[in-house]
Amino acid sequence: MTPQLVVFFVLATLAVLGSASLIFQKHPIHSALSLIVVMVALAGLYLLMGAEFVAAVQIIVYGGAIMVLFVFVIMLLNAGVEEHTNISKLAGFPGLLLVVALTGFVAATIARTTSTVQTASQTGMISSTKDLSSMLFRDFVYPFELTSFLILVAIMGALVLAQREK
Amino acid sequence: MTSFVSAHAELLITVVKIALLLFIVLTVNAYLTWFERKVVAHMQSRWGPHRVGPHGLLQPLADGLKFLFKEDPTPSGVDKFVYFLAPLLALALALTSIAVIPFGPDPIRAWGHDIYLGIADLNIGVLALFAITALGVYGVALAGWSSNSKYPLLGGLRSSAQMISYELALTLSVVGVLLIAGSFNLKEIIASQASPRYGILGWHIFPQLIGFICFFIAAVAETNRVPFDLPEAESELVAGFHTEYASFKFAMFFIAEYTSMITVSCLCSILFFGGWLSPFPATWTWTHYLPAALLLLSGAWVIWDGVRYETIFGKLILPVIGAALCGMGALLLLFPAINDFIQAPFWLLSKIFVFLFIYVWMRGTLPRLRYDQLMSFGWKILLPVSIANVIFTSFAILKWGTR
Repeated sequence: MTPQLVVFFVLATLAVLGSASLIFQKHPIHSALSLIVVMVALAGLYLLMGAEFVAAVQIIVYGGAIMVLFVFVIMLLNAGVEEHTNISKLAGFPGLLLVVALTGFVAATIARTTSTVQTASQTGMISSTKDLSSMLFRDFVYPFELTSFLILVAIMGALVLAQREK
Repeated sequence: MTSFVSAHAELLITVVKIALLLFIVLTVNAYLTWFERKVVAHMQSRWGPHRVGPHGLLQPLADGLKFLFKEDPTPSGVDKFVYFLAPLLALALALTSIAVIPFGPDPIRAWGHDIYLGIADLNIGVLALFAITALGVYGVALAGWSSNSKYPLLGGLRSSAQMISYELALTLSVVGVLLIAGSFNLKEIIASQASPRYGILGWHIFPQLIGFICFFIAAVAETNRVPFDLPEAESELVAGFHTEYASFKFAMFFIAEYTSMITVSCLCSILFFGGWLSPFPATWTWTHYLPAALLLLSGAWVIWDGVRYETIFGKLILPVIGAALCGMGALLLLFPAINDFIQAPFWLLSKIFVFLFIYVWMRGTLPRLRYDQLMSFGWKILLPVSIANVIFTSFAILKWGTR
């Protein structure tokens, strides 16, 4: 096995274990911590594929900013251990069915792709942060700006909802 | 054995470099506490530590031993896993960030390998540092939460709110420098400030003065130092997030805080003050003798001070230290190759030292901010100013180019 493959399996195992632990942990803080592990493991996988800018942004935005907010809110509300209510028996069956369908779909897609997985530089499209930024701010500037407007609208919506009654 | 060494030479060199850097950083950390106590003491007309060793020079050693041998009780009702994880996380992340810092441009050539001063030379150096800083908040926040106590929880909440607020300004204030340098790589950022004819005038501090002020304020807030040390405000919160930590787990938070001070000082000197570049024009060759002169002068002063020191131990040990300093100075004068090599690290380390002194100076001078002042300053002044700086810099580059 090449060192890259070893690192891949370590990170992939971490990500899968983290997501499983995210669901099975009883305490919200432990779940949030598991999610951080998943985010950082994903960043490592991006790094392995040569997408260093995406990896750094993954950690800064998801691992840092967003998950800190999660942890902050959980701490602020001082949320306790999750209480189990009566789990709906009906939800279990379609849920299992959907899991099988999704896994099958992903597996089939992977099986059908003939080309091997390429790193970011091998694709020849984006090899550096410079290429990425010129793509975002030149070739796809309108969709990019529209997305930021969407986020701005969402922030304003949150402000309006959180505003105190006059 | 030899075949293994030659096959994995790069890996082995990196491991040795990591061990060496860890040793240096931890030693510097220890003496930074001594330096801080001494400087703050003299600012307040006190003597500071002076009992353990001459001038209290062995105080860090005594402190370290005390931390190791103290009882380490775990309070009841803590979340065990997170309680143990938090100091580890804080320390590990703080130490990791040092790995990105380059300490000199020229490699040492040994055993057929170029050994660069610095562990990881990343294309995304600045971003990697911010990524590590972004994760750093968890150490403090989780310590506050897991302690199962009111004051640490408040400290943890304050610190996460503070770090989220100031991280935006921290990141935005650097964008101006990145735009001028055109790179995330720390070495290239330093190289872009080189100006052989004018020396100091090429540094980013001149076009980016506002950026630097924003960066330094935000960085001090990120490291939870005075005047932004609200997470551990002792008059309100006992000791904030680390109230329930004792012995070496407390020491780990302590080391993490001092290590991030060193990282911020490195970043300030690299991003805004030319890193390892000399402030003098390249034609002034006499400035090459400054490191040697500094070593000889300080060595002579230490010998002079040691001879008239009160205790026998001081009379013995201080002249030895002074002689060692003089010896290093003489070495630099005798071997021009070593002298040339030492120039770049000398300037970088001097700049780092100046910023560490400013940190200590602020601690001796400024009062702590109130919490609402902290928040309104961060969001209403610091963030808009750094955004304006980014916009202005972009337009300036568009109009006049990067030079």
